[in-house]
Amino acid sequence: MEPFRFLRAVAAPILRANVDTDAIIPSREMKSVSKTGLVDGLFAGWRYTEIGGREPNPEFVLNQPAYAGTKILLGGENFGCGSSREHAVWALHEYGIRVVIAPSFSPIFRGNCVRNGIVPVTLPAESVAQLAEFIAPDPQARQIDVDLEACQVRAGVHVYSFELESEAREMLLEGLDGIDLTLKHRADIDAFVVRDRLQRPWIYSLVTPTNVEKPRA
Amino acid sequence: MTAPATPRTLLDKLWTSHLVRELGEGVALIAIDRIFLHERTGSVALKSLKDTGRPVLDPSRVFCTMDHIVDTTPDRGDATRMPGGTAFIVETREAAQAAGIHLFDVRDPLQGIVHVISPELGIVLPGATVVCPDSHTCTQGAMGAFAWGIGSTEAEHALATGTLRVKRPKTMRVRFEGALPEGVTAKDMTLALIAAHGSVGGNGYAVEYAGPAVEALEIEARLTLCNMATEFSAVTGFIAPDAKTFEYLRGRAHAPVGAEWEQAVESWQALRSDDGAVFDKEIVIDVSNLSPMITWGTSPQHAVPIRASVPAQAESGTTAEAYSRALQYMDLKPGVPLESLKIDAAFIGSCTNSRLSDLRRAAHILRGRRVAAGVRAICVPGSMSVKKAAEAEGLDQVFRDAGFEWRESGCSMCFFAGGESFGKQERVVSSTNRNFESRQGPETRSHLASPETVAASAVVGHLVDFRRLTGEVI
Repeated sequence: MEPFRFLRAVAAPILRANVDTDAIIPSREMKSVSKTGLVDGLFAGWRYTEIGGREPNPEFVLNQPAYAGTKILLGGENFGCGSSREHAVWALHEYGIRVVIAPSFSPIFRGNCVRNGIVPVTLPAESVAQLAEFIAPDPQARQIDVDLEACQVRAGVHVYSFELESEAREMLLEGLDGIDLTLKHRADIDAFVVRDRLQRPWIYSLVTPTNVEKPRA
Repeated sequence: MTAPATPRTLLDKLWTSHLVRELGEGVALIAIDRIFLHERTGSVALKSLKDTGRPVLDPSRVFCTMDHIVDTTPDRGDATRMPGGTAFIVETREAAQAAGIHLFDVRDPLQGIVHVISPELGIVLPGATVVCPDSHTCTQGAMGAFAWGIGSTEAEHALATGTLRVKRPKTMRVRFEGALPEGVTAKDMTLALIAAHGSVGGNGYAVEYAGPAVEALEIEARLTLCNMATEFSAVTGFIAPDAKTFEYLRGRAHAPVGAEWEQAVESWQALRSDDGAVFDKEIVIDVSNLSPMITWGTSPQHAVPIRASVPAQAESGTTAEAYSRALQYMDLKPGVPLESLKIDAAFIGSCTNSRLSDLRRAAHILRGRRVAAGVRAICVPGSMSVKKAAEAEGLDQVFRDAGFEWRESGCSMCFFAGGESFGKQERVVSSTNRNFESRQGPETRSHLASPETVAASAVVGHLVDFRRLTGEVI
């Protein structure tokens, strides 16, 4: 995962509340067992003129030349609600999105962002609205700064501070892999299991899988 | 003498008993007891893990089912109506076999929706941590478990390490006081909660559902209640286990047996919030006068009693912009009685409402009645075990005689994956959990309700308070 420290980039507003992960990437656009190849499905229901088509809908914000090169999304309340599908975050990342700024996030979506190098910035709705107003006259010229080391969003003279728990911040700043981090505590994990087997033996006494069905010819 | 212990919440107990180590600022390494995967999002986790050369730490505690895009038509195989779906099924099977985990395959008699089969088979247990890359994993909290939905990368982490790095949620208790009126259900309770406190009302919290109306619920209804904690934006929901929980689990395929069972039950008795335990937030809802609920808009918080009308914006609990967008999508106007809305389709199924008790209650309404002309009606049991049990009681015949399709189990048309769907601008009454735009098909209009309401509406051809058919006193 690439580290994230500072970004100055074009931001685009999708401010409606409850943008769900099926809107971010419709299920029908998840065509293979893969974390990649998803970018064409991003916002497919809004981005194209027809379901399943690829004719750009000129009304959709990311299709407008003023928002070319967008790397920051301004979102509404409960952004990323619905299905847990991480494909929504993979598709955003593949498109180039590195920051989503919204008043609130679905918890699963937020966790998925952190694990894929996208910074989920929570700001009050009024601040997100101010940012949208700031960029509106000229999104290419009026870019937004996201400074993860200072935990600040800056837009012209406006400065907004945000909070991110240090675990998430460190992972994003350093581009860390969670599994590698956790396996440093392997001794603690093993010790826990030894203790826990005595206290809750029933958790560990499952029979070995035997019911695996052979594929039909 | 020791000082009296500080009263602890159920979350405290679940958290402490799984604490491997603190990682600072409220984040901890938490041991994971059970991992469930399905072919839609679990497949990519298994594949990615394999690509990085990491083994599954303990395959005996990992389970996988085919539920999301598997066909629900008779004699189904690996072919799917969803374009490209076969690859997900085949690759999931291969990865599950290679990893040596439990698999409930397409033609397994125990196959079903993950959150239906996990309790049914005694995989989720009180006091256990359960994760699945599926947002409705909170359903399983009804068994007294700490169960929550994660992404695929976190699933990889859990598979490889037997743990997750978790930010400790805040605690909320939702107390449902009073007794539910006849025919009003757990589905109506959860819709009423989200309508009153909003679709972000639970954000940041682990929600404990409690109070006499919750204690009175049977286990299957508790699963329905906890199912929609994710629509409340909560990290999860759960219910303290009690004698009903233990009786439900006794003798289930993966539940402990013998001395271990006795030891487990004794330990599970302590899984409740102590008297005087302090929660970060408390909500109280009196259910004595609760009505069957129905959604009018495109968020689960857009729910009102079935006899109400489409609310004015000021009463809708939503912004002017979201309100007008929802009305436009649903083709509604303020003040229109919900019961006047004609429907094109009715769907009974999903991890919310597809268990035997759900089907029995719907069948009770359908017995001797017929679905209205022009209404497409579908019932999809939540598991093959539910289907078999329903057929043993003759419920399948009741559904068929009424004009319902009777399917094999799976998630089916709860969501649109590119295969089967309801038509554009069709109005569907559905026992599912999400009424988002295009959730059940492009431009499809979904109204969420209990199975009773779905069955009765299918019969009369418009949304209806089912008690008008059954003649119950209102």
